[in-house]
Amino acid sequence: MAKTQIISDLQSAIGKKWVLYAPEDLLVYEYDATIERGLPEAVVLPNSAEQVAASVRIARRHNVPVTARGAGTGLSGGAIPCEGGVVLVTSRLNRILEVDAENRIAVVEPGVINLDISRAVDPHGLYYAPDPSSQKVCTIGGNVAENSGGPHCLRYGMTTNHVLGLEIVTAEGEIVSLGGKTDTAGYDLTGIVVGSEGTLAIVTKVIVRLLHKPESTITILAIFDEVDEASQAASAMIAGGVLPAALEMMDKNTMEAVEPFINAGYPPDAGAVLLIEVEGLEEDAREQSEQVQAVCKELSAREIRIGLSPEDRERLWAGRKGALGALGRLTPSYYILDGVVPRTRLPEVLRGIYDACDRHGFRVANVFHAGDGNLHPNVMFDEREPGVTERVLKLGEEIMRLCVDADGSITGEHGVGSEKRSYMSWIFSEDDMTAMKRLKLAFSATDGFNPGKVFPTSKGCGEVSSRMKAAIAKVGPDAYV
Amino acid sequence: MPDTSPIPIVPSSSDLAQCVRCGLCLQSCPTYVQTGLETESPRGRLYLMKALAEGEIEPTANVIGHMDQCLQCRNCEAVCPSGVPFGRIMERTRAGILEGNSSPFSWRLRSLFLRHVIAQPKALSIFAAVFRLYGRTGLRTLVERIPGIGERALLAPTMEGRPFTKSGLLARPDGEVRQRVALLTGCIMPHAFGRVHRATVRVLARNGCEVEAPPDQVCCGALHAHNGDLNTAMDLARRNIDVFLGAGVDAVIVNSAGCGAAMKEYDELLAGDSEYRDAAKRFSTLVKDISEFLVDLPFKVPSGQVQATVTYQDSCHLAHAQRITSAPREILRSIASLTLVEMDRPDGCCGSAGVYSLTQPKMSIELLDEKMRAVSDTKASVIATSNPGCMSQLESGLRRHGAPGEVVHVVELLDRAYPDR
Ligand SMILES: Cc1cc2nc3c(=O)[nH]c(=O)nc-3n(C[C@H](O)[C@H](O)[C@H](O)COP(=O)(O)OP(=O)(O)OC[C@H]3O[C@@H](n4cnc5c(N)ncnc54)[C@H](O)[C@@H]3O)c2cc1C
Ligand code: SF4
Ligand code: SF4
Repeated sequence: MAKTQIISDLQSAIGKKWVLYAPEDLLVYEYDATIERGLPEAVVLPNSAEQVAASVRIARRHNVPVTARGAGTGLSGGAIPCEGGVVLVTSRLNRILEVDAENRIAVVEPGVINLDISRAVDPHGLYYAPDPSSQKVCTIGGNVAENSGGPHCLRYGMTTNHVLGLEIVTAEGEIVSLGGKTDTAGYDLTGIVVGSEGTLAIVTKVIVRLLHKPESTITILAIFDEVDEASQAASAMIAGGVLPAALEMMDKNTMEAVEPFINAGYPPDAGAVLLIEVEGLEEDAREQSEQVQAVCKELSAREIRIGLSPEDRERLWAGRKGALGALGRLTPSYYILDGVVPRTRLPEVLRGIYDACDRHGFRVANVFHAGDGNLHPNVMFDEREPGVTERVLKLGEEIMRLCVDADGSITGEHGVGSEKRSYMSWIFSEDDMTAMKRLKLAFSATDGFNPGKVFPTSKGCGEVSSRMKAAIAKVGPDAYV
Repeated sequence: MPDTSPIPIVPSSSDLAQCVRCGLCLQSCPTYVQTGLETESPRGRLYLMKALAEGEIEPTANVIGHMDQCLQCRNCEAVCPSGVPFGRIMERTRAGILEGNSSPFSWRLRSLFLRHVIAQPKALSIFAAVFRLYGRTGLRTLVERIPGIGERALLAPTMEGRPFTKSGLLARPDGEVRQRVALLTGCIMPHAFGRVHRATVRVLARNGCEVEAPPDQVCCGALHAHNGDLNTAMDLARRNIDVFLGAGVDAVIVNSAGCGAAMKEYDELLAGDSEYRDAAKRFSTLVKDISEFLVDLPFKVPSGQVQATVTYQDSCHLAHAQRITSAPREILRSIASLTLVEMDRPDGCCGSAGVYSLTQPKMSIELLDEKMRAVSDTKASVIATSNPGCMSQLESGLRRHGAPGEVVHVVELLDRAYPDR
């Protein structure tokens, strides 16, 4: 590839300052929040949809792929350029373009941080409901691409339920609008792009739906001696017809990591806790809270904390939302899995997961959206130990198998990415996959956006990265300058 | 894991392995928010520092540029759920670069200046006197008007009021002595903000403390450590430990957040020094920020009042390094007629950051402008803070924007609220 040519083309399209190509600069775009790696050949930071379109056209002309990147907090390797090429970062596309409080709609650029939407509309008594635990830092574009969920999605639905329309740049470099502020006729193309993990288009504008803040929210912390009791309580709650706004579970190992970070009062000696929130009109919330407490008592909760102060509540949630990061206190590396099982099967699958980790000799911390049956086992290990990654991946595969065998699926909210594409064949037939590929072809005949994701291929992300590193090591750091 | 290498010029691999790249620190980093670049983010810098430590990359001008842009404000460290000791990792990385063959000329120059001027009381007095003259003769006003240089010059500290030159016994309380404390006089504070020391001493005495300033104390070494000159920082630390432990006081009071943070971490700095390790631990537990100390005491609620709308700027090294955010606010709230109005992101760096405003004026000014916008939204006429660097930077901000108002240390307001001082 004529590297200097594409770089100077990109520079003239979006300005010198916003095209990175020095090897050390590229290095920090080879990761996201996973353990995967892949080096880009250039990084661009456009400032408008037109600049996005121009970058896409240039890459296409030079026949290199484009991978979009928001904040790089993805948990399935989505923003990692598996096959090199251009990484297109949305951090400068961070304007809230319009807030229409009356119609409860906001129009934002893709690089806007999830929580910043809620902050901006707070004076109107509104908020944006999907709340991934990374919401303080992740972008709405990344949320759209991964169809992200969060603790409160149990009641309010995932990202896709809150996106009314999009502006996208196609693989041909055209700017197209999908959906809109009101219902539009024809196919729901917005729904197809949401969750497409950056493989169909680059999103340049998002129209989101806003909700009124609930009149009353009650937070409950239920403490159990055993994980099993906690997971039974979670499934009994849903089966009994209570629909909390959030129903989260954390096990002992997770609490051990979280407590020193935030001192939220998570009990260090308990087997597991459920962090539950019920919302609605005052009366309604109170009634639900009573039902929740009854179920927890029946399943021998050791203690139920209620009537928490706003500060307590904030700390409990900060602990829950910081849990993944806090695991770094217990282990140099961890592998986060993301599986879904029917809620009734939660207790049995969880038991299977602890067993499997024991057998393979790894510690595991479980912290997850129990209400959705969306599991996140985090397998702890030390990256520096030779051969360990393979063993961890093997264990991961076994855990995903457990989920699928329990009529579950291989991703709840983190996406398939490069990480889990080889498991796609477990849940989809050849025909299903062909149908999906044909859908992708309908968007573009080339594999220009985020290749190597979602669909199984023979080439792994890690290989590309180590090849690039070897190349740098050989020719020296200035090889690409 | 304690790191016990004698001269820590490489971050330990366990410190580096602590970052799991979750990205939860990104929006707390002023330089990331300003640029949107991963290279200017905590996670990116940590990745580069790891690659440096492992010999995967060289300290090229490009890499050093990313380290230089870091404010060392440690906001990332305060929000990191994984407990990454960012400040320590950055100091050791800088130490490694400074000791190595490819250390940039500007770094060596800076470290010479810090060693031979800032850490030497005599040299510093001369330097301060020249600076004072520069301010008084109106030369400063002139220089600040020169296009191109003016913006930079604006960020230089002001040395105007009367310097603080006392040492030995400074004050005795009227009644019974509740505690005997020693004051760190420090390098910049006595020259630039002598009045803050005078207020500190008065407030301490009013609260039953006998206050002394041990004459042989030296600069705390914070600036040296931040710039990677750990050898000088360790030398200064040893001398201060001897002097202050020798004084046999109940507490060492610091009214400069940057110095306090560094002194509370002498135990980490000297972890590899078998002779001083234990003394350093003892010393570090004695160090107290003035606000922290007063609230713990507890201080006497003042009977006077201060008619003002005040906004509080968290000094990074108080909020993020020492994790003290409520004590200064508690003091302000205790003052009658004073209205405390919080600004947006009060704990976001103002761009002062030690010598940063002089070495990275562009970013420093961007952050300062942002800060002044947040301040002006509060309509406050007084900005209170906890560190001389922040005071000087915020004063520059007021001058730069032609805004009325006053910058003070928290303890000055408390002092004003005590009657007939
Ligand atoms: C601590 C932690 C907690 C988390 N908690 C949750 C959680 O509770 N629920 C959850 O669902 N996820 C969670 N995640 C995962 C992650 O935060 C989400 O997937 C998030 O949506 C990613 O956003 P991002 O901006 O970081 O995207 P990135 O990681 O940068 O990218 C993710 C994907 O989106 C694509 N993309 C980004 N921007 C665009 C665009 N403008 N157009 C097209 N494609 C684009 C990328 O190509 C990539 O495929 C968590 C992650 C961490 C580290
Ligand atoms: S420094 Fe901490 S918060 Fe930031 S990416 Fe690393 S582990 Fe996460
Ligand atoms: S110390 Fe401050 S500027 Fe440096 S990386 Fe951390 S948050 Fe950013």
